[in-house]
Amino acid sequence: MTVINLTVNGSEVSGEVDDRTLLVQFIRDQLRLTGTHVGCDTSQCGACVVHVDGKAMKSCTMLAVQADGSDVTTIEGLADGAELHPVQKAFRENHGLQCGFCTPGMIMAATDMINRHGKDLDEETIREELEGNICRCTGYHNIVKSIAAAAKEMG
Amino acid sequence: MSEGIGARVLRKEDKRFISGKGKYTDDVIEINQAYAAFVRSPHAHAKINGINKQAALDAGAVAVLDGKELTGDGIGNIICGWMIHSKDGSPMNMGAWSALATEYVRYVGDAVAIVIADSQAAARDAAEMVEVDYNVLPAVIKADKALEDGSPQLHPEAKNNLIFDWEIGDAAATDAAFADAAHIVEMDITNNRLSPNPMEPRSAVATYDASEEHYTLYTTSQNPHVARLVLSAFYQVAPEHKLRVIAPDVGGGFGSKIYIYPEEIACLWASMKTNRSVKWTSDRTEAFLTDAHGRDHITNAKMAFDANHKLVGVKVDTIANLGAYMSLFSSATPTYLYATLLSGQYNVPNIHGNVRAVYTNTVPVDAYRGAGRPEATYLLERMMETSARELGVDPIELRRKNFVQEFPHQTPVIMCYDAGNFEAHLDGALEAIDYKGFEARRAESASRGKLRGIGTSCYIEACGIAPSAAVGSLGAGVGLWESGEIRVNPVGTVEILTGSHSHGQGHETTFAQLVSERFGLPTDNVQVIHGDTDKVQFGMGTYGSRSGAVGMSALVKALDKVEDKAKKIAAHLLEASDSDIVIEGGEVKVAGTDKKLGWHEVCLAAYTGHNLPEGMSPGLKEDAFYDPTNFTFPSGTYICEVEVDPETGKTDVLAFVAADDFGTIINPMIVEGQVHGGLAQGIGQALLEEVVYDDDGQLLTASYMDYCMPRADDVPNYQVSHYKTECPGNPLGMKGCGEAGAIGSPPAVINAITNAIGNNNLSMPASPQKVWAAIQASGSKQAAE
Amino acid sequence: MYETSYHRASSVDDAQSKMKAAEDGKFLGGGMTLIPTMKQRLAAPTDIIDLAHVGDMKGIKADGSGITIGGGVTHSEVADSADVKAAIPALSYLAGLIGDPHVRNRGTIGGSVANNDPAADYPSACLGLGATIITNQRQIAADDFFVGLFETALNEDEIITAIHFPKPAKAGYAKFPNPASRYAMAGVFVAETGGDVRVAVTGAGNDGVYRESALEAALGGSLSVGAIDGISLDASNMMADMHGSSEYRANLVKVMAKRAIEAA
Repeated sequence: MTVINLTVNGSEVSGEVDDRTLLVQFIRDQLRLTGTHVGCDTSQCGACVVHVDGKAMKSCTMLAVQADGSDVTTIEGLADGAELHPVQKAFRENHGLQCGFCTPGMIMAATDMINRHGKDLDEETIREELEGNICRCTGYHNIVKSIAAAAKEMG
Repeated sequence: MSEGIGARVLRKEDKRFISGKGKYTDDVIEINQAYAAFVRSPHAHAKINGINKQAALDAGAVAVLDGKELTGDGIGNIICGWMIHSKDGSPMNMGAWSALATEYVRYVGDAVAIVIADSQAAARDAAEMVEVDYNVLPAVIKADKALEDGSPQLHPEAKNNLIFDWEIGDAAATDAAFADAAHIVEMDITNNRLSPNPMEPRSAVATYDASEEHYTLYTTSQNPHVARLVLSAFYQVAPEHKLRVIAPDVGGGFGSKIYIYPEEIACLWASMKTNRSVKWTSDRTEAFLTDAHGRDHITNAKMAFDANHKLVGVKVDTIANLGAYMSLFSSATPTYLYATLLSGQYNVPNIHGNVRAVYTNTVPVDAYRGAGRPEATYLLERMMETSARELGVDPIELRRKNFVQEFPHQTPVIMCYDAGNFEAHLDGALEAIDYKGFEARRAESASRGKLRGIGTSCYIEACGIAPSAAVGSLGAGVGLWESGEIRVNPVGTVEILTGSHSHGQGHETTFAQLVSERFGLPTDNVQVIHGDTDKVQFGMGTYGSRSGAVGMSALVKALDKVEDKAKKIAAHLLEASDSDIVIEGGEVKVAGTDKKLGWHEVCLAAYTGHNLPEGMSPGLKEDAFYDPTNFTFPSGTYICEVEVDPETGKTDVLAFVAADDFGTIINPMIVEGQVHGGLAQGIGQALLEEVVYDDDGQLLTASYMDYCMPRADDVPNYQVSHYKTECPGNPLGMKGCGEAGAIGSPPAVINAITNAIGNNNLSMPASPQKVWAAIQASGSKQAAE
Repeated sequence: MYETSYHRASSVDDAQSKMKAAEDGKFLGGGMTLIPTMKQRLAAPTDIIDLAHVGDMKGIKADGSGITIGGGVTHSEVADSADVKAAIPALSYLAGLIGDPHVRNRGTIGGSVANNDPAADYPSACLGLGATIITNQRQIAADDFFVGLFETALNEDEIITAIHFPKPAKAGYAKFPNPASRYAMAGVFVAETGGDVRVAVTGAGNDGVYRESALEAALGGSLSVGAIDGISLDASNMMADMHGSSEYRANLVKVMAKRAIEAA
């Protein structure tokens, strides 16, 4: 067991974890932040995407101990208090979600994408950049629309 | 702004999902919770000689429980709930399926024991330490092979692995029509085996309360009430009043979460045995190994035309692979949900369908989005397109010539189409894709060295799965009605309780829109409650695109009763006649006067009971059961345009048009979303997805590394439009939209590719390798000619 | 995942001594392969030694001779690097095709090259550009480094601290991804460096990354599509699986080679 200290959604947290504990397990089971999901075992579906030190990463492919000392943002920490993040708003306004399971990872991936590319995100880039996020409900049409709308809004 | 029928109301449920506050089964953490892992068969077929649990128990497992203990405790076998009789009159041959195998394992992943430990990692560690001594037996994977003499036998009940040999339609009349036909087109068609893959893996949290002898099960279910019924009545886990089943937020289903699986049964039972809450959550590989698969048909099909290219007959011989055991609706999918649609949108005077269902050493196969209807549509629409090519006529005109034009239309295969206008959506789709401009676009592609193709599919499907008496006569073990309850609170807000279950469909919004339409209340004043057997009395759940046509119809009936009572109260208070009362915009008015009450005032009066009409009971709460009079028949035209890279065989879907008739639409935004999702799954089936077993029954596509899920860059922007004819069979005129996209799209994609490459011999999924090989084959054929 | 012990290395020497102390240790770069493999219980190291915090393995350096990339540099850093784009744009392009954005944010060049997955992208760049693999113990030419499927010349306690890529006159990469995994089904890196042409292939060969001598011979000293038009490659050296037969892969190698040359 190892004690880790990190910042999650702006709060200092610490926990004692088995070294084999994945970051996503620590976030879900110990911090009870259950918005981050697990949808596959092979680092492909992206339901677990969080931001680690400002970059989108797959929390199912990282040990919690690797995140010791890091600054982690999960879907629960994206909004500014009661004010939703523009990407969250855009997903709702454009019907970019159905069952909601892939949504937190999609939103965290989209936020990172917009941070890197700015407002001029074209459809082709969005579709390419979504390679690491799988949705089974929406057929992606409205997810792409949501991200383009959010990019415009944030730019 | 109106939030009633037809309004694009943003979804109420989204607020929690976009904030990470959804509550899915794996998010539930109970006090005193333990974790389950399953010991699964690594063999496709084997006899269990013995199980040694000692090492697992020594390593700290709380319990290791096996199939003999399970059956010893009186837990019953898993059953298929739809009886099919073979054409010789004999009932289907159903083999025994215990939640934990007792003597034999019959597919890779078959559960042998449940291991309970204090953490998920510890449970998995311990499960690996359970030693099972197997006597490995030969396995059979392909359905046609399974029927051969000498093939490995799965169940003693099913000789030659044949579950049933069923037929529909008139064989003699169809043969006679073929004898007189001017043209006969024949094709061998395979419908590829798929894995549904909702993004949320299955999960269960079971808790036994010894003091009350009561069980609670959180589970990823599309129909928690059916789960409770089956768990109680057939599996004898607990009587219904001692079992609460909750399906909280569920992350997609697509059919795969209809069924009651071994894991839920085992977790409930293990919870009682260990006196612990027991949680199990599937990982993705486990999902591939155990979630019911879909499709997997091998078919020989023939179409007969007269000299004027009018259809005179359709003849179909299908072998359906049902896997190692019969899942809950597995027998209905390749029979009544498939062969009853073999008339398509066409006037076909003679149809005969024969279906043999067989056991193989693979995961059970059951309904997956569309369930039978995609298989029927795929073969009909590939044959129509291929027939047109062989007859040398325009595929659009061949279809148009054979369309059903008058309604109601009785087909030779049970279904009676109640309404439709097939020309309308065909014309709409042709215009949307700019069909006339295709040749110019093809030439432009050719100038870049690419092959462009266009393909059409005209589908019709049957939704709602009803009425109960009819499905009962066809073998269904349950009725397929729906229930609903409207509870108006004293302050005028409304709670809707429904037996439908939302796992992405947006019921919390669309169902609220019905109340908004009726009483002029904002949808924010309406709460939709579903998915909990303690809250909603009964319901049949959500599948078969039935929540609108059946679930909402039940609510309409309950709303009628609420409206009626509210009007009586208002009439009494306003000293007017009931018939003069109108409810709109949140007010209850006497027509033609300025006399009115606020909606909330009438509701409060109902609950104070101070001044009610003579003999009226207080309260404002009504329920209703609705049993439909017929299936509903959504239809549509889908056109796909592709570009193939001849050097690599890669297909790009450039454009996809969907023109559908869903009858009345409550929320177009949500309906469009349903179509989009269905299209991606259909394009996935056509281009990307296939479950593959090797000859020994090892699953080769056990993760996303090998099972190809559609991703954002695999699919285009879709053009979706609606052409309405109202369904006369239900009060709202709705038809159902959940499955259409997956039903109609695969043949459009394949027809487009075969059009592009000039070779009709292509099977799904049309992977780059297969398309490249087909181009090579047609190239060498052309060279030889 | 089986139980394991995690150790965070502060320097290359620290990492090496931690590895020596371990019973059955593994170095952890970004973990994009090792962790999924451990999750599937296909690898069970007693100890993992995390290299992510070793400062000496960071950074990209450019000089007249080429580019030197630290073993701990992530794929997204390579893809976004102005120095890499200026000197070897094909390498930047290749890095941007690895995995997905989240994987690229964490996965490292050292980890990928040390793992030598037969369908990974970087090995083809190393071989195609004639890179030098720099370890804490020696320098290894790419030609000597890749031994077979998941096998390299590395010793157990050897760490890739950097990779030096000589600047080519021209280079290009083209990849045909496996539709499911998105790893290369055929990835071809072509480079012309000082009159010498190399064609390195990943994803398709029976024995991992390799140089396609038939194409190199046809091209001679310069990159031209016309030179390989008539060539047909021997399928017997190609991998076959459900996604692609060896004949299909042989075709893909040639098509990707043409496209890589066009892109160079």
